[in-house]
Amino acid sequence: MSQMIHRRTVTVRTEHGLHLSPCSRVAQTAMKFRSRVVLVRGSVRADAKSVLDLMTLAAGPGAELELEVDGDDAPQAVDAILHLFEHDLVSAP
Amino acid sequence: MLVKHGIAVSPGVAIGQSMVLGAEAFRIPQRFVSVSAVDVEITRFQTALQAVCTDIEENERVARERLGSQYAAIFTAHLMMVQDRKVVDEIESLVRQKCFSPEFAVSRVFRQYAKKFQNLGVPYLAERATDIFDLEKRVLRQLLGERREELRNITAPVLILAHNLTPSETASLDKGYVLGFATEVGGTTSHTAILAGALELPAVVGVGNFLSDVAGADTVIIDGSHGTVIIDPDPDTLARYRASEQEHRNFSSRLESIRTLPSVTQDGVAISLYGNIEFPHEAASARQRGGEGIGLYRTEFLYLDASAEPTEEDHYQSYCEVLRAFPDRPVVIRTLDLGADKLPIGFRMEYPEGVNPALSLRSIRLSLQHLDLFRTQLRAIARAACHGDLRIMFPLISTLLELRQAKMILGDVLEDLEEQGIPFRRDISVGMMMEVPSAAIMAEQFAREVDFFSIGTNDLIQYTLAADRGDPRISNLYRAGDPSIVRLIQIVVKAGQSRGIPVSVCGQMSSDPLFVPLLVGLGLRHLSVTPHLIPEIKELIRKLTISKAENLANRVMRMETANDVESFLRGEYRKLSPESPA
Repeated sequence: MSQMIHRRTVTVRTEHGLHLSPCSRVAQTAMKFRSRVVLVRGSVRADAKSVLDLMTLAAGPGAELELEVDGDDAPQAVDAILHLFEHDLVSAP
Repeated sequence: MLVKHGIAVSPGVAIGQSMVLGAEAFRIPQRFVSVSAVDVEITRFQTALQAVCTDIEENERVARERLGSQYAAIFTAHLMMVQDRKVVDEIESLVRQKCFSPEFAVSRVFRQYAKKFQNLGVPYLAERATDIFDLEKRVLRQLLGERREELRNITAPVLILAHNLTPSETASLDKGYVLGFATEVGGTTSHTAILAGALELPAVVGVGNFLSDVAGADTVIIDGSHGTVIIDPDPDTLARYRASEQEHRNFSSRLESIRTLPSVTQDGVAISLYGNIEFPHEAASARQRGGEGIGLYRTEFLYLDASAEPTEEDHYQSYCEVLRAFPDRPVVIRTLDLGADKLPIGFRMEYPEGVNPALSLRSIRLSLQHLDLFRTQLRAIARAACHGDLRIMFPLISTLLELRQAKMILGDVLEDLEEQGIPFRRDISVGMMMEVPSAAIMAEQFAREVDFFSIGTNDLIQYTLAADRGDPRISNLYRAGDPSIVRLIQIVVKAGQSRGIPVSVCGQMSSDPLFVPLLVGLGLRHLSVTPHLIPEIKELIRKLTISKAENLANRVMRMETANDVESFLRGEYRKLSPESPA
């Protein structure tokens, strides 16, 4: 039985893109869940629980990323990540 | 295996473990651990990591209290990077599955990430590579603890890999443990390169970015004869190089035996060999290797090394020291060749924007505009010349007027010394460097006004081919074998012969055995070379005959490209010296 993968699109809205501190907030959030959380930009896939991986997305302001989540707490994880991108990472400090 | 190409600056092959120099340098003592030790090593890694995290948390707390949470965020991010599960997993699996020592695994994994960041093409992320190197160091420092080794007290043989080495760092390398080095920047004639030659360490410079490709303790081969750096060589390559390393050693020890033999061709024509030196103490080593004098004493180090401007007495003492090694042989002092890449301490000169320093106020041009500096040196030379055959050579002369101006100032200086009743030598011999194409073309006219020429091939090539010698991207243009260079040398040699003044070559070209038969064939009878190469060049000369060398030069004169010239000379050289490692 294959588990459903939850997919969403998120937009990077921080002034400088996914720099070090936004990446750490994404990773901190993703790590609260058991689900596998992946962000995809073009051909690059990043484990959202790894700051270093997230940085290799080199996502600038306005970049659109595909969010892929699978696991038993996937719905909650999707909500948390979406909330982060839509509200907390709008104008980064 | 990764092969990198740079500029060969000091011959020989060195094989060993790398030591990557950053602001702080560590040598990684061992790369592998035994299978039975894996669990202990993993625990050791985890303990070290925990200690690093505690450190960073402390930094974070202090930053938050003193500077505000905005700054503390940097450490929060560092903490997340160092605890990054992916990174930790990769390190642990290298230890578990490949038996890497934790130090080696940490260096490998962190550097792979740093490299990824540098290659993303985003300046902000490229700069984050610095954070990763910082974390690598933090973890290594914990792992190595007291066993940590720094450049100053290395206790096992290493090859030094660095972005750049300053001349003082190069000079302080312990030859007992440093087997060779490679740097990302620098050119053939950078001070570091010249010092590498003096230390006789195989060295390659101008390799370009490569430090993030190598982990501490990787096996590395530095081939200072061909300008190659090989990281993590495969077994075949390693075996091949081990053989050639041995060959080079045999070759060097054989050369020892010809030190005392004269430098003459098979048909009995003497080719005088002199040393090029930077420091007075090198004169003794040039003599010990069979040098017949000093063909080029670069006096810039008096300025670059000093904390204050050297006095006339400082100059005088240095020149006398050189003369003590060669009391009855020619010692040629090149007057200050400062500017462009070499500026003395306390001497601030800014080149206006858009001005190319190499084509601007440097060398004799600088001396002629800063007469105080110039006169101080000329006085010291004229005084020291009382103790031997000291000669003056003006660098970078471009026009006859410039030469006449320099000679006029020398005349003034001699007159002053006479008036002051200070002992000096009146009939001091005055020559010039032939390193600007305009001067080489006008060599006939110059030959009437000087006592000798010395061809400085480094600048001559740079100015003739309009190719910066420090830029590896255009090293295909910067070639001693270019037919234009061969022709300019021929013009200068003929001009010297027609006026009966001696001509020598003191650039790197005469230190390259490949070109020696050509230079002899073009009519040169004086060569000034890096001191440690004197025996090798002499051995080659002793195999030549003038008629063969002239024949070879005639053939070269008919060639059209540097490639043709150099590959022909390489073939001829192999015939002459089949057993040499080059």
